[in-house]
Amino acid sequence: MNRNVRRQFASSIWLGVMYLLTVLALIPLGLVLWFTVSKGLPSVLHPEFFTNSFRPFGIPGGGIAHAIVGTAILVGLASLMAIPIGILGGVYVAEYAVDPWASWVRLASDVLVGTPSIAIGLFAYALVVVPVHHFSGIAGSIALAILMLPIVIRTTEGAVALIPNGLRESGLALGLPRWRVSLQLILPTAAPGVITGALLAVARASGETAPLLFTSLGNTLFKVDPTQAMQALPLTIYQYALLPYKSLQDQAWGAALVLVVMVLGINLLSRWVLRRQIRLAGQL
Amino acid sequence: MAAAVESTSAVIPPVRRVPDRFRTVTAAVAAVAPVILIVIVAILYQQAAPSIRHFGLGFLTGTEWNPVTDTFGALPAIFGTLSTALLSLVLAVPVGVAVAVVLAEQGQATLRGILGTGIELLAAIPSVVYGIWALYVLAPWSYQHLELPISDRLGFIGWLSQPGARSLFNASLVLAVMILPTLSAISREVIRAVPRGLKENAVALGATWWETTWRVILPSARAGIFGATILALGRALGETIAVTMVIGNRYAIPPSIFSPAYTLASVIANEFNEATGTLYPAALIELGLVLILVTLLVNIVALLLVRSTSREASRAA
Repeated sequence: MNRNVRRQFASSIWLGVMYLLTVLALIPLGLVLWFTVSKGLPSVLHPEFFTNSFRPFGIPGGGIAHAIVGTAILVGLASLMAIPIGILGGVYVAEYAVDPWASWVRLASDVLVGTPSIAIGLFAYALVVVPVHHFSGIAGSIALAILMLPIVIRTTEGAVALIPNGLRESGLALGLPRWRVSLQLILPTAAPGVITGALLAVARASGETAPLLFTSLGNTLFKVDPTQAMQALPLTIYQYALLPYKSLQDQAWGAALVLVVMVLGINLLSRWVLRRQIRLAGQL
Repeated sequence: MAAAVESTSAVIPPVRRVPDRFRTVTAAVAAVAPVILIVIVAILYQQAAPSIRHFGLGFLTGTEWNPVTDTFGALPAIFGTLSTALLSLVLAVPVGVAVAVVLAEQGQATLRGILGTGIELLAAIPSVVYGIWALYVLAPWSYQHLELPISDRLGFIGWLSQPGARSLFNASLVLAVMILPTLSAISREVIRAVPRGLKENAVALGATWWETTWRVILPSARAGIFGATILALGRALGETIAVTMVIGNRYAIPPSIFSPAYTLASVIANEFNEATGTLYPAALIELGLVLILVTLLVNIVALLLVRSTSREASRAA
């Protein structure tokens, strides 16, 4: 009996330790959010923070309009490249899952997700910046597109694979060709899941700094021409945070808050879309 | 009757196999992923060629990094990358597995759901945000409350002396925070995939909660947790921005974990835009090539491990 009491006691102690470690894990993660909000809020509360661009140290009223517009253009261009290719690729991997080629594509996508983003930046530099001899938003968006592609492929695959086979078979039984079944019947049904993947990829690309360092480079001016060097939100945070000026460091925190709200907002949106997808699939 | 059947079957033409053009087209589009992967490695190799030819294998063991004399060796950066990544795993894995155990089965379902979502969302926070937080909050705090007390008491051990706010240790600390969400999210899935029957058998035999977890659940999830750890290792090896902001950027093998150091990715991030000549940029790209090859290897091992456990789990279920 005594031994059993001891065993139960040890079990409770370990359970306590596990809970303690969980709390310990949540503390730094909570602190990241807390400091981003509390240090970023003062900057964000000024409207000119969103309407003005870079002002040198000492001149008040600097903002991050150039970085917000730059991120929108960079990520927009990257999405135009990565999302259509990724969706078609994902449809292939799901619809022809037994093809040996499909498993190679799957492996390559998984490996590509884990490739260091700085190496992808070097690649885009060699591919685009070296031949044309200057930094450009296009080079940056190509690097971001490479980061997005495997995410879109894998999430599209997951969404399409969720669709019950009966729908596919009824389409084929009606005499529809394979491409119409896949693109006009299966893909629209899987749309919420596919959109989720695209949104997650957009969120990931919006926050990446390393691939932009040698491609889009950054710019203190407001630019909308993607053949020029462009500023982006993560670049702003990285550059301003390392400067010795308090006012620019404050702007870096403000930009961090804007970026976190954006990225978490997109993630929550994608979760909401996905939940609808699962409910829909349950009804089929 | 039999004759009629025979005659109709003679009239119906044999089914013509239509070539599946949709499959060909989508397969070609999907080929972009593997092709890009190969082209990345090929182009980096081509760009690094001057350095590879000039230094040969000695590049990997050289310790000097001097753009003025065109002498480049990668060892301190390789050392920094491996040691920050491994130290971050040592810090993060026990905590991550504990979180996974708690999230997989303890407490109320709603609370677990909220915590699980929260942790997954934290994996989405951009590394530059972790970086600015580490630079202004974590590193000064860790210097005051971890590095100074530890080196005061244990400073006679060489690699625990010379505390500083920008250090290999602080880089590992922020990496540990960054890989924690991924680590616990994947481990949670792996622990959930352990067949319920195993756990129920253990409980039926009178095992306590801890005995069930430690002797039954964790051993059967072992390969998957190992896979999650290796995936996290891949992420830690390739992480650039947050590490660059706190590691101190000194190109040398550090005498202590509290000293400044450098990693492959942060050397590239700091120096590439200023690199002139042929050998200097090529050497930096060769650092990138070393980094990408190491992470490719680590990732493939991790994927095979995670896949093999989920297959085992589905077979057992």
